[in-house]
Amino acid sequence: MAVGSEPAVLAPVAATGHGLRHQRLGIALLAALLAVAPLFLYPVFLMKVLCFALFACAFNLLIGYVGLLSFGHAAFFGTAAYAAGHAAKVWGLSPELAVLFATACSAALGLVFGWLAIRRQGIYFAMITLALAQMLYFFYLQAPFTGGEDGIQAIPRGRLLGLVDLSHDLAMYGVVLVVFLGGFLLIYRTIHSPFGQVLKAIRENEPRAVSLGYDTDRYKLAAFVLSAALSGLAGGTKAIVFQLASLTDVHWTMSGEVVLMALVGGLGTVFGPVVGAAVVVSLQNYLAGLGHWVTIVQGCIFVACVLAFRRGLVGELARLIRRPL
Amino acid sequence: MAELLGIPAPVLFGQLLLGLINGAFYAILSLGLAVIFGLLNIINFTHGAQYMMGAFTAWMLLNHLGLGYWWALLLAPLLVGFTGILIERLLLKRLAGLDHLYGLLLTFGLALVIQGLFRNEFGSTGLPYAIPPELRGGQNLGFMFLPNYRAWVVGVSLAVCLATWLVIEKTRLGSYLRAATENPTLVQAMGIDVPRMVTLTYGFGVALAAFAGVLAAPIYQVSPLMGADLIIVVFAVVVIGGMGSILGSIVTGFGLGVIEGLTKVFWPEASSTVIFVIMAIVLLLRPAGLFGRSG
Repeated sequence: MAVGSEPAVLAPVAATGHGLRHQRLGIALLAALLAVAPLFLYPVFLMKVLCFALFACAFNLLIGYVGLLSFGHAAFFGTAAYAAGHAAKVWGLSPELAVLFATACSAALGLVFGWLAIRRQGIYFAMITLALAQMLYFFYLQAPFTGGEDGIQAIPRGRLLGLVDLSHDLAMYGVVLVVFLGGFLLIYRTIHSPFGQVLKAIRENEPRAVSLGYDTDRYKLAAFVLSAALSGLAGGTKAIVFQLASLTDVHWTMSGEVVLMALVGGLGTVFGPVVGAAVVVSLQNYLAGLGHWVTIVQGCIFVACVLAFRRGLVGELARLIRRPL
Repeated sequence: MAELLGIPAPVLFGQLLLGLINGAFYAILSLGLAVIFGLLNIINFTHGAQYMMGAFTAWMLLNHLGLGYWWALLLAPLLVGFTGILIERLLLKRLAGLDHLYGLLLTFGLALVIQGLFRNEFGSTGLPYAIPPELRGGQNLGFMFLPNYRAWVVGVSLAVCLATWLVIEKTRLGSYLRAATENPTLVQAMGIDVPRMVTLTYGFGVALAAFAGVLAAPIYQVSPLMGADLIIVVFAVVVIGGMGSILGSIVTGFGLGVIEGLTKVFWPEASSTVIFVIMAIVLLLRPAGLFGRSG
């Protein structure tokens, strides 16, 4: 999305150059860690973590860098899951095309939802995104192509570019890792670009950004669409990996979970959502057999984070070493 | 049998009545949200769970203590309102001065905890709650059959909403409340105990939700998730009406309930989404909401 030519008022990268080196080191470490992780951990679990980590990073782009709390991000995640599932299973598209199509669908949806939601600020923005996502949930509940309560099952993983057989978990893991790192680097690039500096200016003081001549609505919309598209990338990939797209993906509980991941890891940190996703997904696996305790524990973590732990895990660490992470 | 627009009159009026009942719940809940938001600057996501707690309190009073509907109507709002006061004193108070998004996140977490606890205790299926004997049966109005209980729900909801409006707009207590909404520091300086007023306001909003829950118990089944989806619809209602006006909340709530009921007659598939679509249209035409001030 074109955002027009703007005055270069805010010195972009130079001011944070010192912190940037730490972040680059962190990204290299993260990539290395994830490359060897399948040697120690179950690849399917790792793929789940990576899909949700990308989803949480995309969500964090809005809340952490533009100050917009979207409580309806499941709409983009779930839409992409259905789109990828339908494209791969019914149309027989190859996985990369199915995921691309899914990402485009979410981006288009993000354009519509964002266009509506940025008309209001703060708390209303959160309620509007939540309500729009719920509308979509009811639509998918009745729409014929989603399979209702059953969802789209047995989505074929297929062959990447017609060559690599993805039914192998390790091959699939490689693809998911590349998708995740691609999305992560794009977000990283975005928040350190001049565009990202304007987003942060809007977060800090929107009237001021307006007075400096920025068309803040267009910036917010661009960030919203980018976040929706990347959430879609995560959702589409998830549908291919788990061969399932269901109503769970688009329910408000999913929107809540992604908020929790970003909150636990640290809102507005680069690595926080990844750590948060790992924590929340592990927790779900651990508590899966215990009935509704998952919800209760997640709720308690929400309360604890808001009351005593607002910086999140990575945010606290960053404060400890006095470097932005 | 009389027909209107190709629809049998009893069906049309039946759905209209159901729409009015839903509208009554929207009105009471959005009223509570608006009152709480006015003073605490918090959107109370726990509201749906507190509505559910009202219904469950009624059920437990009946099944464990043998106290019937009329006792429940009095006791459930008091009991649930008291838990609200505890929540405000122990948790929400600590959020003073923070971005109000944190209030939304905290109350969302609380809603998850409360709903999870009730699901562990009672399971996910609904429990029946009988209509009190005094309100069984109904009136034949000629064009439709009017069940007494449903008429009672619409009537008493309207009365409670209007009483709340009167208290807030016309009494001294209400004027303190409105003043504190505008400028709490100044009101505190006048010697009024604003923190206590904040606590009681939250308790009152929660009690309203619980009251709606008791009213709903005989109509819908009592289930742990009965408030979870409802609260999202109420959020849409709040966005449509805007939270600036008490009377606006009431009118919007009832109006949207009726529109939803009519949609159920003419285009059933769209009935679950119609309120959200209206919200989108209102955002396009009047972003501040029908009765809202901009912001």
